[in-house]
Amino acid sequence: MKAFGTLIATLDTTNKTTLKLEAIDRFLSEAEERDKLWFLALFTGKRPRRNVSTALLRQWAMEITGIPEWLFRESYTAVGDLGETISLILPEPVAYSERSLSEWMELIAGLSNKTEEEKKDFVIHAWQHLPHAERFIFNKLLGGSFRAGISAQSLINALATHYSIDASTVAHSVMGHWAIDEVSFDDLIKGGYTDVQSSRPYPFCLAYPLDRTAAALGDISEWQAEYKWDGIRGQVIKRNGQVYIWSRGEELVTEQFPEIRDALLQWNGDFVLDGELLAFKDDRVLNFSDLQKRLNRKNPGKKIIQEIPVMLYAYDVLEWEGEDCRHRGLAERRALLEQLYRENACPEVRLSPVIECPSWETLANMQQQARDVNSEGLMLKHKASPYHTGRKRGDWWKWKTAPMTIDAVLIYAQKGSGRRSGHYTDYTFAVKQGDELVTIAKAYSGLTDQEIKEVSSFVNKNAVEKFGPVRTVRPELVFEIAFEGIGFSNRHKSGVALRFPRIVRWRRDKTVRDIDDIEEIKKMIR
Amino acid sequence: MLQFTPKGIYCIPGRFYIDPWLPVDLAVITHGHGDHARAGMQKYLCHHLTVPVLKTRIGPDITVQGLAYNEPLLINGVRISMHPAGHIIGSAQVRLEYRGKVTVISGDYKVQDDGLSTPFELVKCHEFVTESTFGLPIYKWQTVEKQHELLQDWVQQNRDNGKTSVISGYSLGKAQRIMKALEDIAPLYVHTAIGRINQAYESVGIRLPAYQVLDEHTTAAQLDQSVVIVPPALLDTKMIRKIPRKADAICSGWMQVRGARRWQHADAGFPISDHADWQGLLTVVKETGAEQVYVTHGQTAVFARYLNESGITAAVIQTAFGEEEEQNGKPAEQ
Repeated sequence: MKAFGTLIATLDTTNKTTLKLEAIDRFLSEAEERDKLWFLALFTGKRPRRNVSTALLRQWAMEITGIPEWLFRESYTAVGDLGETISLILPEPVAYSERSLSEWMELIAGLSNKTEEEKKDFVIHAWQHLPHAERFIFNKLLGGSFRAGISAQSLINALATHYSIDASTVAHSVMGHWAIDEVSFDDLIKGGYTDVQSSRPYPFCLAYPLDRTAAALGDISEWQAEYKWDGIRGQVIKRNGQVYIWSRGEELVTEQFPEIRDALLQWNGDFVLDGELLAFKDDRVLNFSDLQKRLNRKNPGKKIIQEIPVMLYAYDVLEWEGEDCRHRGLAERRALLEQLYRENACPEVRLSPVIECPSWETLANMQQQARDVNSEGLMLKHKASPYHTGRKRGDWWKWKTAPMTIDAVLIYAQKGSGRRSGHYTDYTFAVKQGDELVTIAKAYSGLTDQEIKEVSSFVNKNAVEKFGPVRTVRPELVFEIAFEGIGFSNRHKSGVALRFPRIVRWRRDKTVRDIDDIEEIKKMIR
Repeated sequence: MLQFTPKGIYCIPGRFYIDPWLPVDLAVITHGHGDHARAGMQKYLCHHLTVPVLKTRIGPDITVQGLAYNEPLLINGVRISMHPAGHIIGSAQVRLEYRGKVTVISGDYKVQDDGLSTPFELVKCHEFVTESTFGLPIYKWQTVEKQHELLQDWVQQNRDNGKTSVISGYSLGKAQRIMKALEDIAPLYVHTAIGRINQAYESVGIRLPAYQVLDEHTTAAQLDQSVVIVPPALLDTKMIRKIPRKADAICSGWMQVRGARRWQHADAGFPISDHADWQGLLTVVKETGAEQVYVTHGQTAVFARYLNESGITAAVIQTAFGEEEEQNGKPAEQ
């Protein structure tokens, strides 16, 4: 596992993309076929099931080291990663076992039908025979989760460069289902296994935020404007009488939206559509917080389906009767989509309306009022644009309404994990409710490293109480929090939940007296 | 014997302070780091190898008396002596003996022999004042030989790739240790802040590996395949940024944890520390035989609780030591 260990160490430590890509390239040249397949599987989210619970791993590690539970917890808080914590506290290995990544993965997969005692023997033996760097990786492999400093997209780019093929082909090929025992690495990357599968999705075409005035885009008649819906981006596939719904997280979510699946089963023909999954009732798109109540329920019950019906607003067609039509211009695809809809119209799958507008000025007005229909703004798509793979600048723009903002005070802070462990980076904010403070949002990003250090220093000096890793701090630091949406919720004491909250800036000019009041904030909800 | 006051740790019968953070008449100093040796004291007492460091950092005109290790001095009936703490060159544990009772204030210490500082000496005592910077079981150092080997391999790899190795480590202590680890491996350049400390040591006869001070006349060609050592705060300065092909690394105990390595945006991190690791702290505390332990800085609550659960009476003391370390993940750089 040394080669893989070296790769992970490099990906993990450096933040230079070139060094990361070099490291992947070296691994691809040197590693064994099956190791490469496992590597790809791990990094594209096709991990084997977890066969040993983290609770057991913790328990065994505490048994071996004699470390009491509270001390283990403190260590975990300082490290921010369970597999790493365990690896660090264990005694030095007694010997070294040289096994490849795939050998380890297969041994781990083989644990599924073993007794707890057998699992324990295996794990402890491995711990005693691996140095820290590899022991850490072993723990991550056991845990079934693997994240290292590289995105799936960068990995795909590295593979594409290594094989001198198009990134979209690679993305297409490695997405969807494939099993290690059934493929060869080269064939897989080059697309040898993709066509046999009817569920395979296409990579989503993504838009950039509009970075200029809309008028600077030129002639408005060359652009198609639509609302930018605040739901779940979804790709629906109907092939050979089967329907598949993919989310943008490349997750198959068909079971979560039975009404959409059933409606599409009634549609004629085979096709792949891109659209937005939304909660929709009484001819109105509902707030995202309503849609959230529907998410992550496998086979939702009748009651919830009635309470919060979902629908798909379709806005693109990627494949029609087996033909990939992504290369055709948007205008042509839209016409095809409309024809498809005319033949199959139903309430569960509709067309996201195109906004016809004679001038950029009138469109700008529509954009500003976009929140009235619970959308986040507008999408501007060039009528001649193909359906790109991933993010490509120039053809698709998201033109979001200015985010809403509030001023809130920091009341809880927690140390981050991963890259940010050791610093207080996770903050909870509160606003006023009369004379009291009520929590309204958690936010992680938006501060510079320097500011995070300053806030961490404040937290160290002003911590009032400790709850495990969480510190209650004196309510003094005021931040401007921006968010894209707001809805009622009982997740926070304030009774509202913000969508995509993030810190815009530290308001050093403001004190806790200047923060917003919850009653005023509730008036923003539509 | 001791009183923990807002000015610092006070020796009641001796009427002096140890590493005070506010001005006092007589300050006994364990070592020259900024959180232990501060400006404004009427008189300083420290190990004689720390004298030039204090003069360089605080001012040439301070009143300071140097002692050798194990050389006793009587102040108001208290017998003071300095004992090697192994933290940096000249670092000392302060042993106080009064009417048969012995208290040791250890300052910062490490048990490993770095080949440069006088190795740590265990001093039996009734009361022991300890740090706990790395007081968690996740901190477990490799042998000094292994640490040096890893650093040397990394430098060699950079040289093979035609790169300059830029290494950050604080100017007092860590920088000299890095120099020692890389002696004869590559030409060594140091930042002027480190150069000043080196001169202070050399002025009292310490022999350091050969080095040159990095200045505006240093050319890119000279730096090619060399090692440049800078204090952490100066890693991101113009002089360093303009080195054309470089790889950077941080040497610090915090680098033991992946998250800390990534936070620092360096190409590599080496857990090389001048503090004791978890096992080092525990061993020292136990072997001093102390009945009462005071934990001054670092993972104070964790370490004190663990000691109490192991049957050693320990209490947490609020001090101004190590403040910077906790907040920034790296020790204070003056």
